[in-house]
Amino acid sequence: MIYSLCLILFGVGLYCVIAKRNIVKIIIGLAIMEYAVNLLFVLFGYRLNGSAPILDKIQETKNIVDPLPQALVLTAIVIGLATTALLVSVAIRIYEKYGTFDISKIKKLRG
Amino acid sequence: MMTNNQPGMTLIVKTITRLTVGVILLYGIYIVLHGHLTPGGGFAGGVIIALSFVHLMLAFGKEVALKRFSMAAASVFESLAGLMFLTVAVLGFLGGWFFLSIYGKGEPFALFSAHMVLLSNIAIGCKVGAGLFAVVLGMLILTKSEGKK
Amino acid sequence: MNHNLIPLFVIIPLAGTFLISLLGKRVRRLPDTLSNLCTLLLLALSLWCIPAVKASGMIVYKVGGWVPPIGICMVIDGLTCFMLVIVNVISFLVTLYAIRYMEAYTSKEHFHTLLLLMIAGMNGVVVSGDLFNLFVFVEIASVASYALVAFGTEHEELEASFKYMVMGSIAASLILIGIALLYAQTSTLNMADMARVLRAHSSPKVVLFVSILFLAGFGLKAAIVPFHWWLPDAHPAAPAPISAMLSGLLIKTLGVYALVRIVFNILDPTRILPVFLFLGALSMLVGVFLAIGQWDFKRLLAYHSISQVGYIILGIGLGTPLGILGGLFHLLNHSIFKSLLFLNSGAVVYTTGTRDLQELGGLREKMPVTSNTCLIASMSIAGIPPFNGFWSKLIIIIACIQAGHPVYALAAVVASIMTLASFMKVQKYGFFGALKERWKGIKEVPFTMALSMVILSLLCITTGLLVIPGVAEHFLKSAADVLVNGKEYATLVFESVK
Repeated sequence: MIYSLCLILFGVGLYCVIAKRNIVKIIIGLAIMEYAVNLLFVLFGYRLNGSAPILDKIQETKNIVDPLPQALVLTAIVIGLATTALLVSVAIRIYEKYGTFDISKIKKLRG
Repeated sequence: MMTNNQPGMTLIVKTITRLTVGVILLYGIYIVLHGHLTPGGGFAGGVIIALSFVHLMLAFGKEVALKRFSMAAASVFESLAGLMFLTVAVLGFLGGWFFLSIYGKGEPFALFSAHMVLLSNIAIGCKVGAGLFAVVLGMLILTKSEGKK
Repeated sequence: MNHNLIPLFVIIPLAGTFLISLLGKRVRRLPDTLSNLCTLLLLALSLWCIPAVKASGMIVYKVGGWVPPIGICMVIDGLTCFMLVIVNVISFLVTLYAIRYMEAYTSKEHFHTLLLLMIAGMNGVVVSGDLFNLFVFVEIASVASYALVAFGTEHEELEASFKYMVMGSIAASLILIGIALLYAQTSTLNMADMARVLRAHSSPKVVLFVSILFLAGFGLKAAIVPFHWWLPDAHPAAPAPISAMLSGLLIKTLGVYALVRIVFNILDPTRILPVFLFLGALSMLVGVFLAIGQWDFKRLLAYHSISQVGYIILGIGLGTPLGILGGLFHLLNHSIFKSLLFLNSGAVVYTTGTRDLQELGGLREKMPVTSNTCLIASMSIAGIPPFNGFWSKLIIIIACIQAGHPVYALAAVVASIMTLASFMKVQKYGFFGALKERWKGIKEVPFTMALSMVILSLLCITTGLLVIPGVAEHFLKSAADVLVNGKEYATLVFESVK
């Protein structure tokens, strides 16, 4: 079903975070994971043959999709934006300090 | 962006930017104001407003954008918008409940009738716009001599 | 006794954040005074909550006047009141400590902005009665803590903050998938309404899957083994007041409280509790075995945090009333003595500039306040009577034996012995012994820092008294009852709303 495709996308993002060595690719992997989760949430609100949940003076709206997940996903997207902005800023500072984006060389903390 | 001896991008990009950046800003304000009628609202409109300033910065170089909307102004604007949002929410206390809409519920489909929702949308639009622009500025401008932002 | 005061828990720190961010650079000393004022007000409010909840049972506040389940509600019951007191007491003492400690860092106003934002997030988590509201406040507190861990922008801090951020974002995505699945099952987000719908009809497989997702997500935030990898890097790298807040408060409100509230009050806990027991015991042993070989003071304390959170999860995972009481009591005690230990390590760094135990020695002569409070905290965490750690560990071990798990009780005793061993090492190398030449000229820490450490050590001694049956009823037992009678949550909320 559609939902398992979303979970496959989540798995792709998770693979990116775990297996890649460049910091920028890890950040992109996290972004893909967040997209997958938001997509899953919005798809849970779909009703068969529903129309967009906007009230209009002209036409009758009887069968609309669920608008609550759409509002929640808007909030979740903004949270993801804030986290991504912070991740990228820290990545820029790491580049200034260490001179590289490769995480196998950024290993000053041990034990 | 600084490969040729002039800041910003080529002449074609600069000409198109002069035409479109005002339209983008107006579109962002439209989405913020109609937040209770059409999809969008504070967050999406705020991001578009921020994008218009970032567009200016990308096309013309950072000095031109900083002249219009400097870093200190963005920071002040953001805090003021946050305080305005909190004030609107606390004003609900006058009616008895936190976050209550003290003007009543408004009529549907009219533009200026949802008083509290409109004010909240404007506050969030300003905050998100100023904040996002400050974040992009911070990534490009602050070098390692400054403190952590 | 107006219940309109409940949203103030979120309004006050948020207003403080925006005001400091606006005026922090212009007015001198404003960030310090404003954040101390805010935490003092929050402390007074949370102490007011205790008699209020005792009088009226559960307080439910409808935000905006909209009746739940259409509207969002804020709920204060016994467990919330318990967590609120813990969060606000420790925040107040840490902000007091941070007045002088943060002189060494630039941009103090940004520090206080982020600190108040984190406190606002934590208060919002415990007060919220709506599942998505809980998630948003968890994320607010987490993002503020990511920025605070990277505050000094040295090498180690940036690397630690990056690791912490990546794992925190994965945790947030897992939690959001769990919330999405619960919404698809029940089509509501209010915690009480969701509990009611799930009691009526639910499929046990979906509930089990969602419990595991929440265990993974909130377990990542609480640093339960096997999700603990970010903690030994993030907690030592942060400045000392932030380490105290992270280890003493954040992993417990964002991790343990949210997990326990959802599993016990909304979902059905019976199938997931054995997993709690196993992971709790594993955390205890792994944390303490990895801690013994450490020579860095703060890294040793961070590994002990993992171990003590294992105790809390073990106690709660037993499911019996005594076990839950022991787990929650250990949560309270651990906040107090772990914050005190981190503040002590901060005092050592403030005067000597190093955290390496092999270079320190004999600090007892020069820094009497710090070394005495460190001695009290070490005896508490190791479980020596009559300090508070002893009582909570005893309750957990007795509850293990009563519930019929002698192996876990033995593991708890072994972990306790090894905790004692590693803290004896800290005391011997750090405070007792001969004073080295380099440290002949150091002095005691300034007054406000010493004051907060002394108050915390007094709390260490006196919270042992909470176990006395007359006193325990008001505070601890009402918190434990919320979890023991987990299914009553929905009915109580809907009664208080009408």
